[in-house]
Amino acid sequence: MASDSALLTAKFEDGRLELAAGGSWTAPHAAEIEALVDRAAADLGRAKAVSIDMRGVREFDTFGAWLLERLTRQWRSAGASPVVVGMPEHDRTLLKEMSGVNLEPVAPPAQPNPIVSALAALGSGVAGFGRDLGTFANMLGAIGVAAVRVLARPREFRFTSAVNQLDRVCWQAVPIILLITFLIGAIIAQQGIFHFRKFGAEMYAVDLVGILILREVGVLIVAIMVAGRSGSSYTAELGSMMMREEVDALRTMGFDPVEVLILPRVLVLIIALPVLTFLGSMAALYGGGLVAWLYGGMSPEIYISRLEEAISLTHFKVGMVKAPFMGLVIGVVACAEGLLVKGSAESLGLQTTASVVKSIFLVIVLDGLFAIFFASIGM
Amino acid sequence: MKDKPVISIKDLVVGFGDQTVLDHLSLDVRKGEILGVVGKSGGGKSVLLRTIIGLLPKWHGKIEVLGTDLDNATEQERRALERRWGVLFQQGALFSSLTVRQNVQFPMRENLEISQRLMDEMALAKLDMVGLTPVDADKYPAELSGGMTKRVALARALALDPEIVFLDEPTSGLDPIAAGDFDALIKTLQGTLGLTVYMNTHDLESLYAVCDRIAALADGRIVALGSMETMLECTHPWVQTYFQGKRGGMLTKRIGQLVD
Repeated sequence: MASDSALLTAKFEDGRLELAAGGSWTAPHAAEIEALVDRAAADLGRAKAVSIDMRGVREFDTFGAWLLERLTRQWRSAGASPVVVGMPEHDRTLLKEMSGVNLEPVAPPAQPNPIVSALAALGSGVAGFGRDLGTFANMLGAIGVAAVRVLARPREFRFTSAVNQLDRVCWQAVPIILLITFLIGAIIAQQGIFHFRKFGAEMYAVDLVGILILREVGVLIVAIMVAGRSGSSYTAELGSMMMREEVDALRTMGFDPVEVLILPRVLVLIIALPVLTFLGSMAALYGGGLVAWLYGGMSPEIYISRLEEAISLTHFKVGMVKAPFMGLVIGVVACAEGLLVKGSAESLGLQTTASVVKSIFLVIVLDGLFAIFFASIGM
Repeated sequence: MKDKPVISIKDLVVGFGDQTVLDHLSLDVRKGEILGVVGKSGGGKSVLLRTIIGLLPKWHGKIEVLGTDLDNATEQERRALERRWGVLFQQGALFSSLTVRQNVQFPMRENLEISQRLMDEMALAKLDMVGLTPVDADKYPAELSGGMTKRVALARALALDPEIVFLDEPTSGLDPIAAGDFDALIKTLQGTLGLTVYMNTHDLESLYAVCDRIAALADGRIVALGSMETMLECTHPWVQTYFQGKRGGMLTKRIGQLVD
């Protein structure tokens, strides 16, 4: 560092500490100046008088001004009375501005006991789970009330909104649902044929495909796809409406957000899921048949006649009965989570993740409950 | 050096699709002045501001900010330039997942290598400069009122001691008292920090109280440029309606009294 641009040099004479500042006291040099200032503050020692000469300073900004202010504050609290000389009027205003800065110490957060905090996290997790169930029950109830109210005055139902949602949730989802379920059906058939071949029981692979697809896999895959595709978009839509106070605006105009925004969406999901499940199951059976023909060497006639023997209308009904309930679960979770969004972008992301995770979880739990139910009534 | 404008716009054309918003616009901003840009809503004020700071592409023309032409600048020159200006967006554009303190520290953390202690102190100093207290530092943007949001956004824009600040409708959405305070704040900071201020505004009071020069934007170009008196003498129909209309008229009277 050249001597003429030295940021801060100190001279100690007859109990007087004299400092000379120079160069650029600006943000890019703040780190160097801070180190020098801290050293100068410690240098005070036995000095009775302190002065700092700012004549050499070429550039001066708020960073420089604050560091100078910090230095003089430290000296003052050590009992000295520092003098700042050679400062242009303009920089002096800046320094004066800084002298008002109040550094109220912020209380450091108390370090909690790790065992206690782990227990607290566990407890609040359990309580959160209970609270979630409460929120969902609450939403289900609100939707029920809105549905009854709309039944009494059918003209108030938002048909336009519902048709628009139906287009997005059902019609536009058809290609991807068909593709995924087709592939799943094909994979199940291939695995079935491959493993049953060892016992010479390839024909049973058709039973496997038929029963598994119609009862369980078709509806589950579709529900999981819809939860990821439409559930997340419901949460994000309602969440950003919460952030922009659109939901509050609706409420103040005398509209019930549940009736205007949520009921059409949930109703559409209840309609869309059986439709998509039916299409998906057919695509999966088709995929299974194609693999049985090309990979297993089973002609389509044999596949179809075997399928007729293996499956009954009961299997189909079991799958289709579950679909609307899964639609309801996805809709309730997605809308309830959407209304929990707070002001920040982070909260929108958190709530959307929670919506997808919770709705997939609940869909699988519901599927298990249905399995118990159907077993006990002998279907 | 002193005469060289800090922002120089020449023959700028900007549009969307087949619609031209700015039509061969030229404008110079002088060092250390507060320039107020007026124009009707949707007339291209925000487009002009966003084009200057490089958020919108231009069709034709040349923009130089602090002697750097953004089109020919390397990535490094661009970043260096972006450190020398601060922008206050209309809605504040605070990062909603960071506290006020972290919002103000964000540019410092990314651009300077300074200690956490100095960064904390500087954040409080900047907040103090815009009239906020340490109590506000740990709040989240969602907990702030409109006026406080603007103040925090200004503190963030000033975090690196920029030479130019761009303000997009700084007083919109504030009550007249808060707007007046904000105007005074901008004036004070401009005096203390030697800022050049480029300000889009609708607020006649702001124009009158703080602006050194006013640029009137109409039909995609600057139709009048100068002091309040120049605006009042301008013959362009939109400028006349704006400054001589019901609300402008009251100001005109006051200026008249002032001149007397």
